[in-house]
Amino acid sequence: MATFLQQVINGLSIGSVYALMAVGYSLVYSIMNFSNFAHGGVIMIGAYLGFFAMTLIELPFIIAFALAAVGAAMVAVVLERVAYRPLRNRNAPFLYFIISAMGASIFLENIVIATIGPNFRTYPRVFSATPYTIGSISIGRLDLTMFWVSAFSLAVLIFIIEKTKTGMAIRATAYSGRASVLMGVNTDRIIFIVFGLGGLLAGIAGVLFGMKYTVYPQIGFITMKSFIAAVFGGLGSLPGAVIGSVLLGTIETLTAGYISSQYRDLISFVLLILILIFRPRGLMGKVTEDKA
Amino acid sequence: MDWFYVKGILILSGINLLAVLGLSLLTGFTGLFSFGHAGFMAIGAYVTASMSIKFGLPFIPSLMIGAMGAALVSLFIGRWTLNLKGDYFCIATLGFGEAIRLILDNVQYFGGARGWPGIPLYTNLTNVLILNIIGVVILVNLIRSRHGRNMKAIREEELASQIIGINVFKYKMTSLAISAAYAGVAGGLLAHYTGFIQPKMFQLIKSTELTIIVIFGGLGSISGSIIGAIVLTSLPEILRAFAKWRLVIYGMAVIFIMITRPQGLMGGYEITYGNIKKLVSRIFSIFNTKKTLGGDKQ
Repeated sequence: MATFLQQVINGLSIGSVYALMAVGYSLVYSIMNFSNFAHGGVIMIGAYLGFFAMTLIELPFIIAFALAAVGAAMVAVVLERVAYRPLRNRNAPFLYFIISAMGASIFLENIVIATIGPNFRTYPRVFSATPYTIGSISIGRLDLTMFWVSAFSLAVLIFIIEKTKTGMAIRATAYSGRASVLMGVNTDRIIFIVFGLGGLLAGIAGVLFGMKYTVYPQIGFITMKSFIAAVFGGLGSLPGAVIGSVLLGTIETLTAGYISSQYRDLISFVLLILILIFRPRGLMGKVTEDKA
Repeated sequence: MDWFYVKGILILSGINLLAVLGLSLLTGFTGLFSFGHAGFMAIGAYVTASMSIKFGLPFIPSLMIGAMGAALVSLFIGRWTLNLKGDYFCIATLGFGEAIRLILDNVQYFGGARGWPGIPLYTNLTNVLILNIIGVVILVNLIRSRHGRNMKAIREEELASQIIGINVFKYKMTSLAISAAYAGVAGGLLAHYTGFIQPKMFQLIKSTELTIIVIFGGLGSISGSIIGAIVLTSLPEILRAFAKWRLVIYGMAVIFIMITRPQGLMGGYEITYGNIKKLVSRIFSIFNTKKTLGGDKQ
C-alpha cells in the first residue's frame, strides 16, 4: 500500500507538469482545430533559457523561471506569426498547419543542436536532495515544487479563462470563431494571447522538466506524452487536459513501478490508440460532427 | 563524387519513393493523412529480414511476404480507426507508428533496441529501379481505373460519394492496405540495403519525412511524388557541406513551402506526353501572340 501511494504521488507530480504542456495543446486546438506539434520545441527553448539564465548569468531561481517563461512565450508567438498566420489567412486545411508545425519543430530542435550542441546538460541543484517524509512515504522537494508550481499556474490560467473578459473572448472563439468575429472579437489578438499563454506555461514546464531530468535538444519529445494526455482528456477541453495528464502520469508511474519502466512509453501509446478507438472525444472533449 | 556515392543516394531515393508512392495513394488520392507509415515500413523490414534470415527464402518472395504483413496489419488498424474524422485518424496512425517502434524495442528475438545486424545485402540499383517501375505502373493503372476514381471522389467529398453509392469504408481500407504494402516493400528493401535495422530508424520523424515529400511534390500527383522523393532525399546529401545546419535549413524549407506554395511542386498535375505537348504549344502560342500584338499595350 505504501509503495502504491508513493507511486501515485510521483505520478501526480509528473502528471501536473504534463498538464502544463497539455493545456497549451488544448488551448490551441480549441481555437484553431489542429494539433500544434511545435509545442515541444517551445518547451525545449524554455528549458534551455532557464538553464542558461541559472548557469551563465547566475540569476536567482525565481527570475530564471520568469525569464524562461517569457522567452518561451515569445518564441511561441513568433512561431504563430511566421508559420501559421499565412496559412490561417488562406483558410488552409488542418494538415498544412500540422506539416508547418512539424517543420517548425525540426527547425527549433536543430537550431539548438547547431548552436548550443547536442550534449545533455544538468541544472544546478536548487533544492536539497533530502525528501519530506510522512510515515513511510517520501516526497522529494523538487517533486513537491513541480506539483505546486504547476497547480498554481493552472489555477491562474483557469482564472483568466473563466473570469476575465479576454477569457470570455477565448471561450467564445473556441465555441464559434465566426460568430465571435461578428460580435467584435479580434481573432488575431485572441490567437496571439492563446499562443502567449501556452508559451508561458510551456516555458515553466520546460524548466521543471529540465530540473527533474536533464536538458537536451530532443526534450520536446516528452510533449508527445502531454499530447496523449490532451487526447485522453478530450482535445480542446482545459479541465479534460488537466485530468487526462494527471491520470496519464499516474498510469505511467504505476506501470514503471509494477510492470517495467521499458513498457511505460508503450503503454502510453497503446492507451492513445485505445482511446481513439473507443472514445475519440476523450473524457470531456467537445463532440465533433462532420458537417457536409 | 564517385559513382558508388551517387548510386547509394539513388537507391535510397528509390526506397523512399516506393514508400512515398504508397502514401501518395492514401494522402493524395484518398485524402487520408498518415503519420504512421514508418510503422508499416518497420513491419515490412522486420518481416522481410526474418524471412530471408530465419527461413532462408529468396529475396523477392520475402519482400512480398513483408508487404503482405504490412498490409494485414494495416487492415487491422484501419478496421478500427478509419471511422475517425480528419485529425483523429492522423493521431491514431501516429500512435500506431510509435507503438510498433516501442514493441520492436522490446522484442529480443529481433535484437530489441540494439538493432539487428547481419542482414544479407540483396538490394541493388537494378532491383530498386525495377520495383519502382512496377510500383508506378500499378499505381497509375489503379488511379485511372473505376476504383481510383472512387477514391478521388472520396477525397473531394466524402458524404456526397457515400450518397451516390460508393462504399467509402471499403475504399479507404483498400487504399490504406495498398499504401501499407508499398511501405512494407520499401522497408524490406531498406533492411537489405543497409544490412542492419533498428527500431530507431522508423521513428515518427521518418513518417513525417514521407508526408512532407508527398506534400512537397503536390497532393494528387504521382510525378510530383517522384520528383519530391528524389529531390528531398538527395537534398540533405547536397547540403552535407553545411553539416549540422542542414536540418535547420530543411525545417525552414518545409515551413516556407507550406506558406508559399501549399499545392506543392506539381500542384496536382502529372507529367504525361499529352500535358507536355499542351505546355509546349502554350509556350509557343505566347511567343506567337507576342509577335502579332507587337508593342500593343493592353
